[in-house]
Amino acid sequence: MSITKVTSHISPNEQLIFERSQTGRIGYRLPALDVDEVELNIPDEFRRDDDLEGMPEVSEVDVIRHFVRMSTWNYSIDVGMYPLGSCTMKYNSRLNERVARIAGFANLHPLTEEQDAQGALEVIYELQQHLAEITGLPGISLQPAAGAHGEMTGIMIIRAFLDQRDGAAASHRRTMLIPDSAHGTNPASAHLSGFSVKTIRSTAEGLTDLDHLRELCAHGDVAGLMLTNPNTLGLFETNIKQICDIVHEAGGLVYMDGANMNALVGVARPGDMGVDVIHLNLHKTFSTPHGGGGPGCGPCCCTKELEPFLPVPRIVKSSDSSFQLDYDQPRSIGRVKAFFGNYGMMLRALAYTLTHGNDGLREATEAAVLNTRYVAAGLVEDYDKPFAGSPMHEVVFTDKRQSRKGVHTLDIAKRLIDYGFHPMTIYFPLIVQGAMLIEPTESVGRQELDQFVAAMRSIASESVEDPELVLNAPHNTRIGRLDEAAAARKPVLRWKPDTD
Amino acid sequence: MLEAIGLGSADELFDSIPQDLRLQRPLNTPAALSEIELLDRFEQMGARNAGAARISFKGAGAYSHYIPTIVDHILSRSEFFTAYTPYQPEISQGTLQTIFEFQTLVCQLTGMEVANASMYDGSTALAEAVLMAERVTRRSKAIASSAAHPQYLEVVRTYVQHAGIHLELAPFDERTGQSSRELAESVDDSTAALVVQSPNFFGCIEDLQALADAAHAKGALLIVAITEAMSLGLLRSPGACGADIVVAEGQSFGVPVSFGGPYVGLFATREKYARQIPGRLVGEAYDKKGHRGFVLTLATREQHIRREKATSNICTNEGLIALAATVYLETMGRRGVQEAAKQCAQKAAYTARAIAGVKGYSLPFTGPFFNEFVVRGPGKAVDLLARIGKEKGIDGGIALSRFMSDRTHEFLVCVTETNSRQQIEALLEALRTI
Repeated sequence: MSITKVTSHISPNEQLIFERSQTGRIGYRLPALDVDEVELNIPDEFRRDDDLEGMPEVSEVDVIRHFVRMSTWNYSIDVGMYPLGSCTMKYNSRLNERVARIAGFANLHPLTEEQDAQGALEVIYELQQHLAEITGLPGISLQPAAGAHGEMTGIMIIRAFLDQRDGAAASHRRTMLIPDSAHGTNPASAHLSGFSVKTIRSTAEGLTDLDHLRELCAHGDVAGLMLTNPNTLGLFETNIKQICDIVHEAGGLVYMDGANMNALVGVARPGDMGVDVIHLNLHKTFSTPHGGGGPGCGPCCCTKELEPFLPVPRIVKSSDSSFQLDYDQPRSIGRVKAFFGNYGMMLRALAYTLTHGNDGLREATEAAVLNTRYVAAGLVEDYDKPFAGSPMHEVVFTDKRQSRKGVHTLDIAKRLIDYGFHPMTIYFPLIVQGAMLIEPTESVGRQELDQFVAAMRSIASESVEDPELVLNAPHNTRIGRLDEAAAARKPVLRWKPDTD
Repeated sequence: MLEAIGLGSADELFDSIPQDLRLQRPLNTPAALSEIELLDRFEQMGARNAGAARISFKGAGAYSHYIPTIVDHILSRSEFFTAYTPYQPEISQGTLQTIFEFQTLVCQLTGMEVANASMYDGSTALAEAVLMAERVTRRSKAIASSAAHPQYLEVVRTYVQHAGIHLELAPFDERTGQSSRELAESVDDSTAALVVQSPNFFGCIEDLQALADAAHAKGALLIVAITEAMSLGLLRSPGACGADIVVAEGQSFGVPVSFGGPYVGLFATREKYARQIPGRLVGEAYDKKGHRGFVLTLATREQHIRREKATSNICTNEGLIALAATVYLETMGRRGVQEAAKQCAQKAAYTARAIAGVKGYSLPFTGPFFNEFVVRGPGKAVDLLARIGKEKGIDGGIALSRFMSDRTHEFLVCVTETNSRQQIEALLEALRTI
């Protein structure tokens, strides 16, 4: 079995910029000060007296080489498949980048008066309309800056709704139900909104345990359920309607974590399933770039009933067709971020929606699921697939077979790097021992899927024939496995002159 | 490929979704646009933003500074902007080393000991700082100066509403525009933190040392928020003044105003509180051969491990914008940041003095300012600014009445190094003639 390596990661060492610094070197030029210099009305004790010692002094070409060299140590989508489950690493169109840089948007101050920012507000309004259609949920706020921020917003909306509906009695309804397979952000967001968390078991098939759900809903304390669908095992919660009914009958609301919407766009809508509120990740499903960890955009979408609780300002269309900011929402949970949110991401997401068109959005979903099924079929003979159900946009395997030879998920992931691929998500979801969660997305063609499957199968053989090779991987990166435990024991979190 | 997995049609891919839950019609969103059509649409919408084309003196949390050309070039490298969170350090060292440099730069500017890998923006960073102060002190009251950015205070209020934290606002001094004596005097044994912005919403610089002393005398923390991070090039760092947590909006460092985002929140504190910090941290690490590298560290604070007991729910942060700030700060460097800050302060001082000399105009606050100041005009500021915009193509500032309804005649003017003498004179001429 021969594998073509997609990339290698050998490049020169590059010091920290602080170690490159040369006194007196500069890389900028400002115009000469064109007003008469005066003695500033700022007392000396309010002024800096350290001359910013330690900050770098470098030339422009120093900076360029510094970052370009470091960039070569990164894997990226543009290099190849990035099959991180639950992260939806799809291609980021350059056209969207161009749109976000149009001067009429990039140079627009967020406190520009409404009448002078009509185009910008229209973008927000139009994207809201499309997201409402895609999710089947009409109330939208684009203010949250990321998925976890959208979750917090959604859960605070549930809390505000219950407080209003039940009055003082709502204080007994402070339990949020969360499946054991959920993202860690779910319980953390619930906690921020003042809820305590109870965990729902998953069944042997990898779905929500309805009996356990009923049992947990029997005590009158349930505020809601946070559910990812398809869940983090890549399986569609077939009983979703029943699940929503159970929670609703118990007086709670259903929050859906929309991290996995790439499996549903154009095919099925959370609003039609009985979901009350959901967040989307524009930096996943709508292809805005991940940027090495952000920025994101985590719109919160909800039912008509919950709409009055969304953050302010709302962006609305008035009777004369102009776009306006509406602060007059007395039931709103309040503002969750300054200004309007990560506006640049909204531009990119709208561009994505418009270039794909309604049919293209569905086709992307189909391709994402098809690619996953293809990978699943290719790996099932070599790796343990803990759940029999047909996966949607991602599939979970485990290291059960390989671990008999002492090769674990981490090792398989590291060995995959030698084959030129970014590893899959590992050890998540937490309920699957040695989990490997694979999400190819629609941005990969059959040839590269074949290469990935071949690489994984090759690693499976190596795990039997030459486990040491896998255990010591990666072999051709600039650095080897780093001692993370030592790093956490005695953390060095910044450069200091004396540490050199 | 369908055949290879034994399916007859794309519809069968979705067999696990009950038939009645499947959308039986095409999405009611527009048909696909070509590149030409798309750009045309967005250019047209962009052109309907008259504000973007004007000479601007707007600040209040979003500032127009010079952005060196190389910033966007570095950001646009595939290797940075199409990478994920650096969970696999062997193939993410570019991102990780950049974040380590970012954390160092934030420490150097704020005078603090540790900084995280970024927050969503300044406002959410401030909210997280208040939550952190509660964790550190086990006290449940936060007292904030009402001279902080109103939107920041709104965000803090939203975040703390279910966290058992009581947020009190202390009035500002109507004469100086700085926080009042009452702020310092209201700290008591149940106070977790004093929250102050400097330069504050009116542009005035606060006496941070005095506030730190007042907070510390009662065992409370001082949280300092900064919306205009460029001020750090000139003003004594909050760390040097005794602050315990410093948060800032980093947009001034190489990020376009872009209608409010994406920006980047800076978050820094004392080393002793490192394990209470929200969000990601990058630390130094070594491989078996002794090569230095960088990894995400102290992850046991975070949601993916600690779940509901995490220090925050934040996961995705503002990585790429932190990169922009890093490239900016390294390009401008030790000298450039100080020179840009000095030019801002000098030009603002010149403009303020000149405006105060225009008939009918005055400066209501006496406190020292950096590059933003309040002007009191002869009529309603909203109307005045609208006329200057329409007739002269100048965005003269922000009417305070948009935030404080009783301050009808006042507006906030911001001057940066990008405002030429000619632009300043044009603003003065407009004020004189309108």
